[in-house]
Amino acid sequence: MVCLTELQQKFGSQIVESHFRDNRRIDVPASTLLPLLTSLKTDYGFSMLVDLTAVDWLEYDGATDRFSVIYLLLNMDSGERLAVRVPVNLPEAVLPSVYGLWRGADWMEREVWDMFGISFSGHPDLRRILMPEEFDAFPLRKDYPLKGRGERHNFPVITRSGS
Amino acid sequence: MAVGLPENIFITKLDAAANWARSNSLWPMPFATACCGIELMATAASRHDLARFGAEVMRFSPRQCDLLIVAGRVVMKMLPVLQRIWLQMPEPKWCISMGACACSGGVFDTYAVVQGIDRFIPVDMYVPGCPPRPEQLLQAVMDMQAKVRRTGTVMGREFAIRDMPAGPAPFDSDERYRIEDTRLVQLGGFSAAATSAGRGATQG
Repeated sequence: MVCLTELQQKFGSQIVESHFRDNRRIDVPASTLLPLLTSLKTDYGFSMLVDLTAVDWLEYDGATDRFSVIYLLLNMDSGERLAVRVPVNLPEAVLPSVYGLWRGADWMEREVWDMFGISFSGHPDLRRILMPEEFDAFPLRKDYPLKGRGERHNFPVITRSGS
Repeated sequence: MAVGLPENIFITKLDAAANWARSNSLWPMPFATACCGIELMATAASRHDLARFGAEVMRFSPRQCDLLIVAGRVVMKMLPVLQRIWLQMPEPKWCISMGACACSGGVFDTYAVVQGIDRFIPVDMYVPGCPPRPEQLLQAVMDMQAKVRRTGTVMGREFAIRDMPAGPAPFDSDERYRIEDTRLVQLGGFSAAATSAGRGATQG
């Protein structure tokens, strides 16, 4: 088990722990994210990044930050799981890439970039992964309308006599 | 008046003869993207047997096909592919829009899904259903054959007069309202958050 006080001694007291059922979650500030994750991998054996995703808290009651980026970690030896949550705000929604720690972060960070517009500094190839390259919005942001801004209709019309 | 024709000779028009032949050997190009594709496969399989209508030769090269069957939803990333496949098919060619999604977008009224392929490519026959039963697709193929026989000409004159899009205009009026609404939403909430959500691809 990762000891919370140990992490707080190393990375500052801003680290907060919370629980939901048997899930354990720690909130960390963005400044200590990369050293913390590095330590979790090398010292505590979290060898697998299960998922990397984000949440948009726009218009959510009681939310203090616009986005959260969430790292779900798994210790392959002990089976211990841990969620690391880090707040991100506009206009500078940038986090350090964890591609150097877990190669699996490659496409996950591209997906978070594609859907939320949170960029990851140090990522080797940060392109869109789901939407076409010329798409210029971030669809999972809550201020993006469900039906889009007309991107789905922005195509040439082929008539029968013209084809 | 009585001109005696020799046996095994009959008189017809070239248009009728050509399109009788064409209608009985439609070669479908299956553009199957969703569950309608499963029904399309079932239609071609032994129980329903599309071969009874001469349309069993599914070719996965558009160069060899003359009937495009769009089975399933088409997303905005896929639409340029669909248009290219349509343009690659040789004349004469026809298009069946199979299922609610291909015809209208179905329940997928989201930013990524095209709201009916007839907005962007010509469609000859619509098949309703979610997904349609194989019998419905068979009926569409039979109706397609009837249409080819009824309207077809050797040189494809019936295609040249169809110079208007088959479907509704790409931008409905409610689409325009929605684009305006977006700007209002962006004024509320996190003020710093609201500004940089990205510019819409088409704003007017």
